[in-house]
Amino acid sequence: MSSPIKVATASLAGCFGCHMSILDIDERLIDLVGHIQFDRSPLTDIKKVGPCDLGLIEGGVCNAENVEVLKAFRRQCKILVAVGACAINGGVPAMRNQYSLADCLEEAYLHGAGIDNPQIPNDPELPLLLNQVHPIHEVVWIDYFLPGCPPSADTIFTFLDELLSGRPIQFAYQQIHYD
Amino acid sequence: MVHDELQQSKLSMPDSENGAPFSVLQQLIGLQQEYHYVPRHEIDRLAVSSGVSESHIIGLIEFYGFLHTTPRGEYDILFSDNITEQMQGSHLLADLLSKGLGVAIGTTREDRRVSLDYTSCIGMGDQGPAALINGQTITRLTTNRIGQIIQLIEASTPLSQWPKTLFEVESRAERRDIVLNSEYQPAAAIEACLKKGPAAIFSQLEQAGLRGCGGAGFSTAAKWRFCASAAAEERFVVCNADEGEPGTFKDRFLLQSHAERLIEGMTLCAAAIGARTGFIYLRGEYRYLLDSLQRVLDQRRKERLLGNAILAHDDFNFDITIHLGAGAYICGEESALIESLEGKRGIPRPRPPFPVTEGYSGFPTVVNNVETFCNAALIIQQGPEWYRQVGTTASPGTKLLSISGDCDRPGIYEFPFGTAIAEILSQCGAHQTMAVQVGGAAGRLIPETEFNRTIAFEDISTGGSFMIFNQNRELLRVIENFTQFFRHESCGFCTPCRVGSSLLVKQLNKVMVGHATTKDLEEMSILGSLMQKTSHCGLGQTAANPILDGLGKFPKLFQSRLRATSFEPAFDLDASLEEARLLTGRDDPEAHLEGGGV
Repeated sequence: MSSPIKVATASLAGCFGCHMSILDIDERLIDLVGHIQFDRSPLTDIKKVGPCDLGLIEGGVCNAENVEVLKAFRRQCKILVAVGACAINGGVPAMRNQYSLADCLEEAYLHGAGIDNPQIPNDPELPLLLNQVHPIHEVVWIDYFLPGCPPSADTIFTFLDELLSGRPIQFAYQQIHYD
Repeated sequence: MVHDELQQSKLSMPDSENGAPFSVLQQLIGLQQEYHYVPRHEIDRLAVSSGVSESHIIGLIEFYGFLHTTPRGEYDILFSDNITEQMQGSHLLADLLSKGLGVAIGTTREDRRVSLDYTSCIGMGDQGPAALINGQTITRLTTNRIGQIIQLIEASTPLSQWPKTLFEVESRAERRDIVLNSEYQPAAAIEACLKKGPAAIFSQLEQAGLRGCGGAGFSTAAKWRFCASAAAEERFVVCNADEGEPGTFKDRFLLQSHAERLIEGMTLCAAAIGARTGFIYLRGEYRYLLDSLQRVLDQRRKERLLGNAILAHDDFNFDITIHLGAGAYICGEESALIESLEGKRGIPRPRPPFPVTEGYSGFPTVVNNVETFCNAALIIQQGPEWYRQVGTTASPGTKLLSISGDCDRPGIYEFPFGTAIAEILSQCGAHQTMAVQVGGAAGRLIPETEFNRTIAFEDISTGGSFMIFNQNRELLRVIENFTQFFRHESCGFCTPCRVGSSLLVKQLNKVMVGHATTKDLEEMSILGSLMQKTSHCGLGQTAANPILDGLGKFPKLFQSRLRATSFEPAFDLDASLEEARLLTGRDDPEAHLEGGGV
């Protein structure tokens, strides 16, 4: 392994489960520390992504901010990876795709049980929702896809390890198959 | 009203099979006809009487396109959605009907009078646009006929009192060759088999070089021989009359005009392999043929050509039952067809074992196409040399083609194998042809530069579909139609096909709307070849053909729609915020997204 690579991560329309799986690498994190330097990531709280070697994206694209973040990652990262089911397919958040956005918002903010002062939020601070939730490869080019909900720590470690060593990326069958 | 008329054509099910699991699908088809859906209490009753679980029954209803758990209208209308009918204006006619009746396409009107939807090709490409009304076929739709149908429905006229002209299906051949020109002699083939024995029959079919006419081209003699030599107490003969390949309708012609030949061929096969039971698996779209086929069967029973002691041979008993399909293309695959005959969802079996050793109910089974059985009967009647007088060495004899699309005389054509595409085009009156899709959606797209190629197993093999597109057509629409067809018809069993066929539709759509770049075309190629290599059956293995052929032979169609950038989003980013903008009343800069890729 050579000089440290810069890594950025983000969770878009995800549950942070994939980030938990990154942390689940456990003591092998210590092996990685010398080789990886984090840029923007929930782990560093850096807000803006800078030039990076690798970007890991969890979650699909559900709102305008997700689009901006994803595009910024694509601009800055040499390699961009879709991590987990939501980034790859839209996952659980995409279940709303079978309803119209109006139905979703009205159910949540107007007609749902126990709502006080019903209104659809319209503060300019809030990112607007897209009418559908999309997998990230429908917005930017993605170099690698790590399937799983979440991909196991082992899969993520193998990916980083192979990438750092410059080998072609290969997984054991059970690392990316779930049958 | 509509009910009484439907009851008459209810399926006749042998009593012994009633209540057995194998009959569940046929019973469901009857229930759908009776109630316009399958009500819950009937599901419960059927589960008890047949001994299969409710979930199995619901699984069947959800699998087969013509079965429903929620009520359809008293008049259930399905427009055939093949590309050649779209070219004849079927969508405009469907819209006209939709407006006239006040029912959106894909829905049932509130008073439950009428439902309207599209379905895959119903085998009327030569006399479209066509539709099914409660399973009955209406042909040659025009704005006049649509107006007529609206009136009939609003007046609640029972289907039996609708003008017969609406339901006319023409059955004639535009070109005849040795097979259609030969006179069929009843019982000649069966007598030959009873006299000379099975070995002589197999050897004659072998000499004739008859190959399966469904498209795969397996040697008929070899198939029958394998089945006859498999050790078993029982054997079965199955006729695959489920021609679902878009643009195919030649079996419809044979079933309508030459059913005796088919029954003769099946009986010949039964005599040769030693079978007592045969099935005709008739696609649900050809329900209008059910009564006439039953009449032919009855007639032959009277003539002692079917039933017990055929031709006074006490030890030769053979009879045929007709099973209806229910709107599933995949059931044209022989092992899926057998599953469906057994009352299950039509999911292809792993092969081997092939049906010739383990088929219907686990017994050796010959499954052949309608045309194959017809040809087998005539070959035994006329002798193998007769069949070999035309065709090529590797593909002797003739092939029935179903010609549709841009030509003056669409219809049924019998051509010797080895006939060039250009010759076929000239005979059916095609002008300024850009491309021909041979073999249906699963077949191949042939560009003008290859019109010197021939219809033959060694060149372009086909089950009989021949769709012509002239230079004014948008071929990408054709490719899109076929790709959507496969997504709709995927049985959902294996991932490469279930997921892959959906991804192909999405990727192609990205090209169509002008959001794709070179990288997307590469992705489509990779995905397509992955599906070819890893799908469980022929459906998934061929689902990418239209796109791959298009990319290979008409690359400009795709390239002219590409963006020059390295990558573009698959959808319009800013437009997809429009709904949220309306709901929130926002229009500030943050409420917009810049288009384009990175």
